Amino acid sequence: MTNGWNDIKNADVITIMGGNAAEAHPCGFKWVTEAKAHNKAKLIVVDPRFTRSAAVSDLYCPIRQGSDIAWLGGLINYILEKDKTQKEYVALYTNAAFIVKAGYSFKDGLFTGYDEQRRDYNRAEWDYVLDEQGMAKVDPTLTDPRCVYQLMKQHYARYTVDMVSRITGSPKDKMVQAWEMIASTGTPDRSHTSMYALGWTQHAKGSQNIRAMAMVQLLLGNIGIPGGGMNALRGHSNIQGLTDLGLMSNLIPGYLTLANDREPDYATYMRTRQFKPIRPNQTSFWQNYSKFFVSFQKSMFGAAATKYNDWAYDYLPKLDVTYDVLRAFELMHQGKINGYFCQGFNPLLSFPNKKKLTEALTKLKWLVVMDPLKTETAAFWENHGEHNDVDPTKIQTEVFMLPTSCFAEEDGSLTNSSRWIQWHWKAAEPPGEAKTDIDIMASLYRRMKAMYAKDGGAFPNPILSLTWPYIDPEKPLAEELAKEINGKVLEDVPDAADPTRIVLRAGQQMPAFALLRDDGKTAAGCWIYTGVFTDAGNMMARRDTTDPANRGVFPNWAFSWPANRRVLYNRASADKDGKPWSHRKRLVEWNGRSWGGFDVPDFGVAVNPTAGTMPFIMNPEGVARLFTRGMMRDGPFPEHYEPFESPVVNPLAPKIVGNPVARVFKGDMEVFGKASDFPLAATTYRLVEHFHFWSKHVPVNAVLQPELFVEISEELAKEKNISRGDWVRVRSNRGAIKAKAVVTKRIKPLMCDGKPVHIVGIPLHWGFTGATKKGFGANTLTPYVGDANIETPEYKAFLVDIERISPPVA
Amino acid sequence: MATLQSLDIKRRSATTETPPNVRSSIEVAKLIDVSKCIGCKACQAACYEWNDLHEEVGINVGLYENPHDLTDKTWTLMRFTEFDNKGNLEWLIRKDGCMHCEDPGCLKACPAPGAIVQYQNGIVDFISENCIGCGYCVKGCPFNIPRISKADNKAYKCTLCSDRISVGQAPACAKACPTQAIYFGTKEEMKVHAEGRIADLKERGYQNAGLYDPPGVGGTHVMYVLHHNDQPQLYSGLPKEPKISPLVQFWKGGFKDVALFGFGLTALLGFFHYVTKGPNEVERKDEEAARRLSGDR
Repeated sequence: MTNGWNDIKNADVITIMGGNAAEAHPCGFKWVTEAKAHNKAKLIVVDPRFTRSAAVSDLYCPIRQGSDIAWLGGLINYILEKDKTQKEYVALYTNAAFIVKAGYSFKDGLFTGYDEQRRDYNRAEWDYVLDEQGMAKVDPTLTDPRCVYQLMKQHYARYTVDMVSRITGSPKDKMVQAWEMIASTGTPDRSHTSMYALGWTQHAKGSQNIRAMAMVQLLLGNIGIPGGGMNALRGHSNIQGLTDLGLMSNLIPGYLTLANDREPDYATYMRTRQFKPIRPNQTSFWQNYSKFFVSFQKSMFGAAATKYNDWAYDYLPKLDVTYDVLRAFELMHQGKINGYFCQGFNPLLSFPNKKKLTEALTKLKWLVVMDPLKTETAAFWENHGEHNDVDPTKIQTEVFMLPTSCFAEEDGSLTNSSRWIQWHWKAAEPPGEAKTDIDIMASLYRRMKAMYAKDGGAFPNPILSLTWPYIDPEKPLAEELAKEINGKVLEDVPDAADPTRIVLRAGQQMPAFALLRDDGKTAAGCWIYTGVFTDAGNMMARRDTTDPANRGVFPNWAFSWPANRRVLYNRASADKDGKPWSHRKRLVEWNGRSWGGFDVPDFGVAVNPTAGTMPFIMNPEGVARLFTRGMMRDGPFPEHYEPFESPVVNPLAPKIVGNPVARVFKGDMEVFGKASDFPLAATTYRLVEHFHFWSKHVPVNAVLQPELFVEISEELAKEKNISRGDWVRVRSNRGAIKAKAVVTKRIKPLMCDGKPVHIVGIPLHWGFTGATKKGFGANTLTPYVGDANIETPEYKAFLVDIERISPPVA
Repeated sequence: MATLQSLDIKRRSATTETPPNVRSSIEVAKLIDVSKCIGCKACQAACYEWNDLHEEVGINVGLYENPHDLTDKTWTLMRFTEFDNKGNLEWLIRKDGCMHCEDPGCLKACPAPGAIVQYQNGIVDFISENCIGCGYCVKGCPFNIPRISKADNKAYKCTLCSDRISVGQAPACAKACPTQAIYFGTKEEMKVHAEGRIADLKERGYQNAGLYDPPGVGGTHVMYVLHHNDQPQLYSGLPKEPKISPLVQFWKGGFKDVALFGFGLTALLGFFHYVTKGPNEVERKDEEAARRLSGDR
């Protein structure tokens, strides 16, 4: 989230699209009801199904899954055509005025530079025109035909009401009504918040779905202000923390990137990361990259990382390709990965194409599952009838189940969607032989280290040099790790102006990331977390509920990264002179000498507005990007592409199937289904009664939603002769499931490209372990393809067929 | 489930015993704001957990309701109705359970002394050890709430968490509700809170929004804010004008007096018969007749 859960109460218009907060985030959803009850906010829900969020909305607009960019492109077109932008904000705080290179163009659904063979673009021309000093050229009048504003206008002119309705199936009246409500926040005193989740990310163009709404928010001046923002509702209690600490296989903590194998040395690595400003007087905060990176290396390798060995740069792996989960299972399937550590997740139900996953796991020599529950993955080799139809005698994979403690059985922190890092305390002892993940990992590391020390090995240095400064090396404490992540001072740092004065004293916990250094005198495991555990104590454990000005900021509750800031880019809540755009949406402001206000300013506190430094300090431009240069693989502007399995041909570019640059492995393309064989548009989702595949082990949750079902419209039910509660079989080109039928008015066929498209909704919570009735994983059906930028699998839009079957024999 | 003591009792079933009425407790109420409810079933889960009820894992029958009805172990249940309001779909989600009537039909119908009580604060509670499992409370309830357990043949329903309330806590369902769709407080406070919610709903176009506090049962201690208060039946058959069944009214009202009069009259006539005719004695001819009938000549 750019903002936070509590801040939603400040919104005037709320859009839930690409998510279903009432069901997947019922506790956080309370802030929507607060906004409605106390701020007279209007709630818009855009979804293929009339969800429980829609049940309490002011306006519901149906949409065909996988057509969000068309809908949002239409909204961008509407805002530009009706002149609803917050003009000063757009002109000053976005790259609308930047001039784009002459080589950039867009035609027939493709941007310049497409290489069909590689399924990739040459993105060199997707950039600004720079002058001799390396500064980007701009046209503040926004009239230059090559400026971003004009190119954007031209790009989205195709997204007319008629065209968008034709693609999305959204009724025109509902759609335009929603657009009008959202566009009403293009004034300084109103704000609109976007709440989204996996309904946007789980597409082959997931990142661009989010980008499209981010553009809307920028055009309406809704980023950096109370009740605004792009708010990703994270799907697990600590998935934000996991992402922050480098969960992605190409990241190291704090969103620093791992080197690739074309970057053999530190200097080459830094060349593409330490961005210099490309507009005068801009901050370009990533100029500090080396400070974060060196501090990370010092945290990892301590004294073994010196300036003479490039801070142990060689100790880090260099990527040839990204090893996302889809690639990992692809390699396993090819027999190239033969051992797998599965810590705290359940891939047999979470990744697409269950058949392929079972085959992949079968090819492993060994599988270690660390989990509090016996998951389907741990039991993948057991025969559970039609729900897991395998022959255990044919599976040679050795499976180790290591029971772990759950959150209530250990101390630690959880980072929520609001970026709040909140400490929690152990409430009970883990049962039986269960151990914390930390203890298991520590023990594993200690044994590996001993083996490397004894036997050598190809490259023992990184393992042997890893810092391990814990009181009990077999059982590091959560607090010790938190302190390490926060970072500490390794050597005294004198004041630059007065060397007799010591600014940072050796041994001290790092008070703030702004003080981190690239000379080896500081260490920090994750720079954005610096501040969580200082000499003042554990800031994550703070529980002060005071909230000056009732803005939902709560500055002394836990710690919000970065720098305890609650709303990112909050400098943009004030105009160029540093005055709030409106009293109602006041957050931070310039008081003549410094920046201050209700939140920690996302800006240099002493930077006078007259300097012309812009609010988006992470970007070398200083402004937010409507046009993303070459940073997204699939285009500088979001463009509508159909899902890989779609019931209609893309009306905007009939020749293009799916996202033209999404990676598809050999064998997976071949098992995409065709609309002629599988005419129904399916989607998968969560229900409020369950949490993924865990809560089915809890009897109460099992009572509330006991058995797998699929949801279809009354119209489709009639066509297929299916009645409420009948057994049905749902087939895709990869597998079939059996389920009960819920026939509902909440799903309606949508008129897309002149024909009705029927939707089949498939909840994902069932498996072959737990207290519920046994059921099939929805991933039996889903296609093996991910987002072009970050490889999140396309679970939300694929093709199936459905038929009534006789009940299974009990 | 008696968690309060006799001093707190306002009414008892099937008894003429008059409670001492030395305490005057504030009337409480639970307000369920249907317009804020997201149907998450946290209330239902909390009810199972707090009351330690172990419902069976059922099956799906093509609906979101699980279980499919209230049971002796499911004291509250989310009910879902899809309502096509002139082309605009509405999904009306109502938390069903005991309404805690001011004039409780169950208590009136109950023939077992003290099996159903009403506390001074308005809560209607079942005292299981006094229950005889006759099922009259089921017939007496205008909302079809109590259920008889097959295990112990006693009636069960929501207690409004009288155990929690007696120690100053809100009911488990209200505590668990993430969107504050369930409010708990004094009945007067709840009415005031409801006014604000109704004004908001009217502003959003629900002209018939209102408070469901049906006078036919003397008002209730569980009230709803409804968007369509003119058509409560839309919400999974919430009765429009609930009343205690005329049969119960007659049985425990007018008929009770007739029956008592009948008892009294019989006794009185017997007495007069005794006084005027004396005791009934067996005469010689009677004994002979009896001998004849038994064939003993």
